[in-house]
Amino acid sequence: MALDQSFVGRTYPPTPPYEVGREKIREFAEAVGDTNPVYVDPEAAKAFGHSDVIAPPTFVFSITFKAAGQVVRDPQLGLDYSRVVHGDQKFAYARPVRAGDRLTVTSTIEAIKSLAGNDIVDVRGEVHDESGEHVVTAWTKLVARAAEEA
Amino acid sequence: MTAKVAYESVEVGTELPAQSFPVTRATLVQYAGASGDFNPIHWNEKFAREVGLPDVIAHGMFTMAEAIRVVTDWLGDPGAVVEYGVRFTKPVIVPNDDDGALIEVSAKVAALLDDKQVRVDLTAMSEGKKVLGMSRAVVRLG
Repeated sequence: MALDQSFVGRTYPPTPPYEVGREKIREFAEAVGDTNPVYVDPEAAKAFGHSDVIAPPTFVFSITFKAAGQVVRDPQLGLDYSRVVHGDQKFAYARPVRAGDRLTVTSTIEAIKSLAGNDIVDVRGEVHDESGEHVVTAWTKLVARAAEEA
Repeated sequence: MTAKVAYESVEVGTELPAQSFPVTRATLVQYAGASGDFNPIHWNEKFAREVGLPDVIAHGMFTMAEAIRVVTDWLGDPGAVVEYGVRFTKPVIVPNDDDGALIEVSAKVAALLDDKQVRVDLTAMSEGKKVLGMSRAVVRLG
């Protein structure tokens, strides 16, 4: 069933702040096997001009995807979450995410398409810090596969 | 935010040092915990097959995280990444054995941009298949 086009442009309320912790960044860097010292050593991060350890580029997805859950699980939109796969992902950074950040995400539905029975939803997540400064924008393409292929 | 690579030192076609990243079931369990993505297709073979997959597959975001390491290791400072995007074209299939799968990543400078920025195009392969498409990063050089 095609999704309701009137949801295009809909913006959801900002999420409660997510506080980025040094140890969470370390855990993520270890999980992807990345030994770059800027993720774990504040002095190494400072040598590159960062005020604290920074997070790997894709770290912020955990936060934006959780926020996109508002869209995915919106009963009025009616996306079948059990059939959703990740199509595309893009980030544009104003600055890297760093330890101590308190980040909020505002999700907007940018586009809804139907292609060969698949429902395709593009969600943009704008990530801001505590002072309201823009940190990163994440674009996530979600594809709900056609029921007969599931 | 200063990359250790000078803008003047690169040209279109400059290749970044390629790298291969191994991924086993244990890697996926660790990534699930760190990322909070506990979708069973990434650790439960029975579930993966029930939804039509050939076996357990890696998180797309894990592959995306590995691929950019070729760029961030080259830059030194990951904070010099301005944009990064990928398309998830094929899954990385991770068998239940000691070796798991291998993600092979290569990258080259594709365009010189303003403000000391360059576009880097990445190629990520596993089992001879392209697992990421349209994989591009814009980075600011020193």
